[in-house]
Amino acid sequence: MTPRLCTGHKLRFDQVRGAWVLLGPERLFLPDEHAVEVLRLVDGVRTVDGIVTDLAARYDAPSDAIRSDVVDMLADLSARGAIRL
Amino acid sequence: MTGFPPPMGLIAELTHRCPLSCPYCSNPMELERAAAELDTEGWLSVLDQAAEIGILQVHFTGGEPLVRRDLVTLLARATGLGLYSNIITSGVTLDDRMMAALIGAGVDHIQLSFQDVDPSENDHLGASPGAFAKKQAAAARIRASGLPLTLNFVVHRGNASRIPQMIAMAEELQADRTEIAHVQYYGWGLVNRAALLPSRIQLEAATVEVEAARARLQGRMVIDYVVPDYHAARPKACMGGWARRFINISPSGRAMPCHAAETLPGFSFPSVRDTSLNEIWNQSDAFLRFRGTGWMPEPCRSCERQEVDWGGCRCQAFALLGDMNATDPACELSPHHAVMQAAVSESESAQTPFKFRRMTKQDAAQPELAGS
Repeated sequence: MTPRLCTGHKLRFDQVRGAWVLLGPERLFLPDEHAVEVLRLVDGVRTVDGIVTDLAARYDAPSDAIRSDVVDMLADLSARGAIRL
Repeated sequence: MTGFPPPMGLIAELTHRCPLSCPYCSNPMELERAAAELDTEGWLSVLDQAAEIGILQVHFTGGEPLVRRDLVTLLARATGLGLYSNIITSGVTLDDRMMAALIGAGVDHIQLSFQDVDPSENDHLGASPGAFAKKQAAAARIRASGLPLTLNFVVHRGNASRIPQMIAMAEELQADRTEIAHVQYYGWGLVNRAALLPSRIQLEAATVEVEAARARLQGRMVIDYVVPDYHAARPKACMGGWARRFINISPSGRAMPCHAAETLPGFSFPSVRDTSLNEIWNQSDAFLRFRGTGWMPEPCRSCERQEVDWGGCRCQAFALLGDMNATDPACELSPHHAVMQAAVSESESAQTPFKFRRMTKQDAAQPELAGS
């Protein structure tokens, strides 16, 4: 499964808020820090497995715990039309 | 960062000019003329300031934003500043050349409005023969360009039964997103309310259709649904709360928390010609007056939903009760909630013709304010 942002969605850093924002057609999301870590790896090339492996290595954490967080978050954004799985 | 959080969106009403004459237009009854419009330099300065104070999205709207000859210049500045740029258009003048220019300027998204899925009804509502065919062609152009496409269907009692066909058309045109937006009863919509307001049964049937389509299309097409609040138990959080998320700039450069706010008495809305967006957002009386909960009367003051619906809509409280400081009568806790049902009853027995939107002031009769 290779997630990507839906057409018209952009993740960018907002200097004024000092935070990442996900912008889409007449909508926006202010993702929390964990979501940002995942979203920055959603590039249409990395698979969910790849994202989990990357995060597990970076945070020296068990893959299973990370996988469930990543899958939940991606499913939520997919249901809201921001990510295509 | 100190003070109130920055605004999210700028609603740039570039002009009130429009090739259509919809009887529920959200523009004010007194339309601003071309000669009064802010010039290119004025809008460019607004966009620069918008990015500076933390605005993330710009909605170029009108009237019809495509009639502004400098639209592409303004759009290019906005996207250059990293502002996510939406264009909200009727589509009737969106030809190949304009489409290419918009793409060249980096437009992020286009929302295309339809008055109906039935071609003759669509053209009748906009008082614009041939509009439906032009809109379909515009939809195809947007789709072919690779941009995300949103279709916006304005619904009311005359077309609410066609919601399934509207959604089917959106699927056919491969829209990423569809707005099924019931008319909101302000300005022209309020004047024509008796001819437009759906019954409770119609509204409930419409809602069932939308929810079924949402479930069926989840993950493929987003459907946003906007309801009229005449059948509601609680008011809408109008604009996400007064001056919490948006700055709306009128064609002549007046800054307001929403596009209808000029109907409110005793306000002096600041102009971007002589006041900075920062000052407007953080210091102007117009923006601070109803921000937050401090202004609220009962029943809002002791209500646990006060930060959910923010007291509803100030313009509706004024239009229906003559008191902009009152709880929105859409709330069933309002002592004046009966005005909503009175309006519904009035529209159920009405056989009123539409009053189409017109530029001429003399033709624009004062709205009849039911319940006042």
